[in-house]
Amino acid sequence: MSDLRREALKIAMPWLATAVLLIIWELACIAFDIPEIILPKPSKIFTVFVARFDILMAYCWDTLWTTVIGFLLAIAGGLLLGLAIGASPFVYSGLYPLLIAFNAIPKVALVPILMIWVGVGSLPAVITAFVISFFPIVVNVATGLATIEPEMRDVLRSLGATRTEILTKVGIPRAMPYLFASLKVAITLAFIGSVISETVGGNNGIGFLMLSASARNDAPTTFAGLFAIAIMGVLMYAICALVEKRMTRWAFRGEIVG
Amino acid sequence: MTFVDLKGVSLTYRLGKETTLALADATFSINKGEFIAVVGPSGCGKSTIMKLVTGLLPASSGEVRVAGEKVTGPIKGVGMAFQNPTLMPWRTTMDNILLPMEVVEPHKRRFRSNRAEYEAQAMKLLQTVGLADFARRYPWQLSGGMQQRSNLCRALIHEPELLMLDEPFGALDAFTREELWGVMQALWLEKRFTGVLVTHDLREAVYLADTVYVMSKRPGRIVLSRKIDIPRPRSLATTFEPHFVDLVHELRDRISQEHA
Ligand SMILES: Nc1ncnc2c1ncn2[C@@H]1O[C@H](COP(=O)(O)OP(=O)(O)OP(=O)(O)O)[C@@H](O)[C@H]1O
Ligand SMILES: [Mg+2]
Repeated sequence: MSDLRREALKIAMPWLATAVLLIIWELACIAFDIPEIILPKPSKIFTVFVARFDILMAYCWDTLWTTVIGFLLAIAGGLLLGLAIGASPFVYSGLYPLLIAFNAIPKVALVPILMIWVGVGSLPAVITAFVISFFPIVVNVATGLATIEPEMRDVLRSLGATRTEILTKVGIPRAMPYLFASLKVAITLAFIGSVISETVGGNNGIGFLMLSASARNDAPTTFAGLFAIAIMGVLMYAICALVEKRMTRWAFRGEIVG
Repeated sequence: MTFVDLKGVSLTYRLGKETTLALADATFSINKGEFIAVVGPSGCGKSTIMKLVTGLLPASSGEVRVAGEKVTGPIKGVGMAFQNPTLMPWRTTMDNILLPMEVVEPHKRRFRSNRAEYEAQAMKLLQTVGLADFARRYPWQLSGGMQQRSNLCRALIHEPELLMLDEPFGALDAFTREELWGVMQALWLEKRFTGVLVTHDLREAVYLADTVYVMSKRPGRIVLSRKIDIPRPRSLATTFEPHFVDLVHELRDRISQEHA
C-alpha cells in the first residue's frame, strides 16, 4: 500500500468505524424486530434528526453556551488555583485534601441544592459544568508546576530571578502542556455537567428536550438528542486538541519528516 | 585581591534518613580575575562546589564569601553553565540565550526597547561557537554538543563578573573542543572575569587555568593546588611543549592515586 493510501485510510477509519457500528445497529433492529420505543433504528433517528433539526439546534445552542461558559470559568479558576497550589507547598497542603473531598461528591447531588439557591434555568447548568470540569484543570496545572526540573529553576535562581520571574519564565510555560492536555478531558466533563443539570432540573437545553421526549415515549427524539450531544462533544474535543497542538508545539518535539 | 573565599566548607545531602557527605572541609580562595580549574574523580563533589559558590545550595558547615560578602542565597552577577544544558524547550536558541538579559539588571530595564541590539550581540556570540544558523531552532532540534555550546553562550551573554563552567565542553569532539578553548581564552584575556572551570580533561585544565585544584574521591577534599606558570596567550602548539606535558603528567599521577 502506498503512503498516500495509508494516510487516506487513516483519515477515513473513524468514519468507517462509525458507519459499521450504525449498520450493525440497523440490522440488529430489523433482525430481532426490536420495538421502536426501546431502541429506534438509526435511519429513523436520522429522519427525526433532519425533520426536527430547527428545534434540536435551538436546544443544542442552549446546552452549548452554558457548557462553554462553565468551561471558560473553569479554565480561569483552575489555572489560578492550580498555579497557587503548584507554587506554594502551604496552599497545596491546605487545599488539596479539600479539593479531593469535593471532587468525590457526585455532582448530580449538587443540582437540587443549586436550584434552591439560584432557581431553575441556565445558571445551575453553567455552575454544574464549571464545578465538574474545574478539578482536572487544577490538578494538571499543579502537577505541571510541581514537576519542574530543579535544574531549570536553578538556571533562573543563579541569575538572581525573583519568585515571580521564576513563575512566569519557567512555571507557566512549563505548565501549559499540562493545562491543554486537561482541557480535552475538562470539555467532555463540562458537557456531562450541563446535561445532568438540564436533566435533573432544567427548563432548557438538550437534556431537558430528551427528558420531555422520553416522558412522551418519543424514543427517536430522545436518541436524536443523544446524537446531538455526542456530535457537540466530538467537535469541542477536536477544537481543544487543535489548540493544544498549536500552543505547545515544543512539547510534541515536532515531527520527523520521512 | 580575593574574590571567592571558601573556609572549611562541607556539604551533606540529606534525603530522609539517607545522608551523603559530598564535600569535606574545602578551603581555598580565588583572586579577582583569576581563572581556576577543578579536576577530580567522578562524584567527588565538583558540581556541588559550583552550587555552593553561587549560593544555590547552603553549606552544611563553614563559610563561603564572594566579593567580601557571606553567601546566604543565590548571588547576583554570576554566569553559570550547568553540567546538563537545561535549555528551555519552549524557547528558541536565541531566546534561550537572551534569558539572562530579561532577568539581570541593568539589561532587564532596557531589554524591551533595545531588543534588536541585544539580538545582534547574541548573534555575535553564536557565531563564535559556530551556531549562527541555528538561532531560530529549538533546543530539541540541536545535537547534544550544540546544546552545550548554546548553554555556554547563555552563561556568557551578560558578561558576568564570575563565570562558573561545569564541564562545558564534555559532549564535544576534540577539534571543536580545542577551538573553544581558544575562544574561551580570548574572551578571558579581553574581559578578565573570574572563572571556575570543572573538567575531566587535564589538558583543558592546564590550557585554560591559572591554578588547577585536584580533588580526592568522595567526600571531596582538595589534595593539590598547582599554579600553571605558562605565559598567555597559550596556543595548541603550547600543549605539545615539554613543560605543558609535564604539568599534565603531574596532575594525572595525583588523580590516579585517588583511584588506587
Ligand atoms: N541532589 C543530590 N542529592 C543527594 N546526593 C547528591 C545530590 N547531588 C549530588 N549528590 C551526591 O554528591 C556527590 C557529589 O556529587 P557532584 O555532583 O558534586 O559530583 P561531581 O564531582 O560533579 O561528579 P561528576 O564529575 O560525575 O559530575 C555524589 O556522590 C552524589 O551522589
Ligand atoms: Mg558534576
